Amino acid sequence: MSASNEYTPSTATGRIANFVDSRVGASGIIKEFGRKIFPDHWSFMFGEVAMYTFVLLLLSGTFLTFFFDPSMAHVVYDGSYVPMKGLGMSTAMASTMDISFDVRGGLFMRQVHHWSALLFVASLSVHMLRVFFTGAFRRPRELNWVVGGVLLIMGMAAGFTGYSLPDDLLSGNGLRIIDGVMKALPIVGTYLSMFFFGGEFPGEHVIQRLYSLHIMIVPAVIILLIVIHLFMVVTHKHTQYPGPGRTNDNVVGFPVGPVYAAKAGGFFFIVFGIVALIAGLFQINPIWNYGPYDPSPVSAGTQPDWYIGFVDGALRLMPGVLGNFSFEWNIPFPWGTNTLVLSVLLPALVPAGAIFAVMFAWPWIERWVTKDNREHHLLDRPRNAPFRTAMGMAGVTLYSVMWAAASSDLIATHFHVALNDVTYWLRALFFLGPIFAFWLTRRICLSLQRKDREIVLHGREAGIIQMSPEGAFTEKHEEIDVYKRYLLTNFVDRQYIPAEPDAAGHISGSEKRRAMISKFFFEDRVAPVTPSELEAAHAAHGHHEVEGDKADSIEK
Amino acid sequence: MKALSKKRRHPLAAVALLLFGLLITGSLYTAAGNISEAKAAETTAASQSDVDSGQKLFAANCATCHGMHAEGSDSGPSLIGVGAAAVDFQVGTGRMPMQMQGPQAQAKPAQFDDKQISQLAAYVASLGAGPSVPDEEYLDTTQGDAAHGGTVFRVNCAMCHNAAAAGGALTRGKFAPTLTGVTEKHIYEAMATGPQNMPVFNDSNITPDEKRDVITFLKTIEANGSAGGAALGSLGPVAEGLFTWTAGLGIIIAFTIWLTSRPS
Repeated sequence: MSASNEYTPSTATGRIANFVDSRVGASGIIKEFGRKIFPDHWSFMFGEVAMYTFVLLLLSGTFLTFFFDPSMAHVVYDGSYVPMKGLGMSTAMASTMDISFDVRGGLFMRQVHHWSALLFVASLSVHMLRVFFTGAFRRPRELNWVVGGVLLIMGMAAGFTGYSLPDDLLSGNGLRIIDGVMKALPIVGTYLSMFFFGGEFPGEHVIQRLYSLHIMIVPAVIILLIVIHLFMVVTHKHTQYPGPGRTNDNVVGFPVGPVYAAKAGGFFFIVFGIVALIAGLFQINPIWNYGPYDPSPVSAGTQPDWYIGFVDGALRLMPGVLGNFSFEWNIPFPWGTNTLVLSVLLPALVPAGAIFAVMFAWPWIERWVTKDNREHHLLDRPRNAPFRTAMGMAGVTLYSVMWAAASSDLIATHFHVALNDVTYWLRALFFLGPIFAFWLTRRICLSLQRKDREIVLHGREAGIIQMSPEGAFTEKHEEIDVYKRYLLTNFVDRQYIPAEPDAAGHISGSEKRRAMISKFFFEDRVAPVTPSELEAAHAAHGHHEVEGDKADSIEK
Repeated sequence: MKALSKKRRHPLAAVALLLFGLLITGSLYTAAGNISEAKAAETTAASQSDVDSGQKLFAANCATCHGMHAEGSDSGPSLIGVGAAAVDFQVGTGRMPMQMQGPQAQAKPAQFDDKQISQLAAYVASLGAGPSVPDEEYLDTTQGDAAHGGTVFRVNCAMCHNAAAAGGALTRGKFAPTLTGVTEKHIYEAMATGPQNMPVFNDSNITPDEKRDVITFLKTIEANGSAGGAALGSLGPVAEGLFTWTAGLGIIIAFTIWLTSRPS
């Protein structure tokens, strides 16, 4: 580059900008990244909410580390909170009490941290639900779906390790359940528990260990995954909802710079403000109510934070015995009797494992069943994928039943019903609820699709009643505009694909199974309106409107 | 007024009207609820005339279930030896006479005045020895130790009544009620007599001094209010999670819709 060609800025700002740019090449990055297009839709913003609450977690968490002491050494509390003065507790609990009552702004920061943790996992979950129900996980985004799922699990891990740190009664009860689940694992259980707690529960090490995980390993993994996640979002480009002018090969929206960046930056402060407002006005995790951890007491209304609730609920739903059948098996071995506690193992691991396994595998399951391996950048409206929406709702129902079971005692007291009945109903719903939800959701989706068809073919009810010369009343139907019609007629039409023979003319067992599932999913289907159908409908309308026949405009 | 009527077809008009209606109903209900609250005073002199009057009251109001001489029947237990404290608690909190049959007797506004309650108590106490109404000394929260009371409460009471005394569920429709707003005397009597499904905590189990500590703890946390903002019913993580999913996400969704809306 010759000196004569070099750009010389005239203002001071320009000189600084040029100095930086000529050394780090920022303009190239901005040119590339600043022109990235992001489509505008409110449902696309939950990932952002998750990221912003995570930033809040890092900021408030850093503040908390300045004052928190993760030691299980015994001290006598001598802080400002009178109803606990003189009580023996761990240093971890005492320092959390000090953060709450003696550190300026400490309680607010604790509440910001905890509320943003709850919102973090909630927005992650809603984001994943959005991605699932719109089919955004399809090729090429399958791996990003998996990364998102791992992020959700890490979010839960971050939450749980943090929840246990104050060493209060509530979180101690939660740890006791973890200890119980560990010990229920065959063969390795007791060893695992002893390693984790550094001896018999509760031991004197677990808080330090959870602290290391909570402030180093888990956040580091989350940051790494967020980077991978965003990198893939940039590579794949963002998906968009279908609409006129939106194709599988373009992205319609705003470029990052300047409008979108400004909006996103502003949104961070909005989220910050909302969390700060909630943290300032609403109490969360009042450890001074629960008291220091002591293995003997268990309080009524002991629950984990909401994201672990579904596992707690499964444990609550599981019966210990069924008639004469005990879920606790005592297996006589030559060296003595070993116990397999299925009443703990099954509910603690199986439902959560199944939900996450199906969730991770779903992109591949769907590809296998539909034989659809094309790239998809246009999203599905949930009604246009009845099978997926129904499966999703079945999963949501299963999760929600377990989730509700975690608050079975509060449901009983607040709705004045018997705790036992709540449990029985939820047990039944655990098995029947997902099936019913699947059926109902699919029916609703198909009905909505039929309604779409009807609107395309017969137009919108205008609300204008006309009387013909001979006295018959008809309602006028208005034709919908072409943009709306585009939206209602252009969607991926998935059909039942019968078992197909492979190259050697052989139909394999897995292909037969695929065909069975495909039939189950796509047997009932509402096809999009074809141009010829539309033409026929228009012709018929013109004809009938002249004749004044009302029958056709209502029924078709 | 004209400006207001112009907005009556606004999409949010129905919501605003609904909120307004709920607000009015709620305020009226709260006001009505506060007026009908009664306050209690106490007298503890048991003479033979009290016992006689108590017997008459008993025969008229309690004997149907508990028997003419409090010997019990198929519908109610014997009251011989339950003591004055049990009567004072059950009748004083309105649990007896029972409002309706159910998994357990529920508190309601007391049906008798303090004099009648003490007469009933005197009568039942005269039938056999049992816990008596506690002395003022054991109800004086200025003498209690809240921290120790908290420990006793968490070990003995929190598993049913919740660590923050918000109450909790028991089996088959029974429940442990919230302890907020329960008088010192009734808390003491409940511990001493074990009403409904509650176990008896006798004086060798929890000493009178410790009972006073528990009462002191409960009254302290009640008076302290909730540090850090509204307590959401002191129900712990369930209320917090519900709040996150409704109010928290709700506000955020409102903002996302606002941010992505375009003037059209």
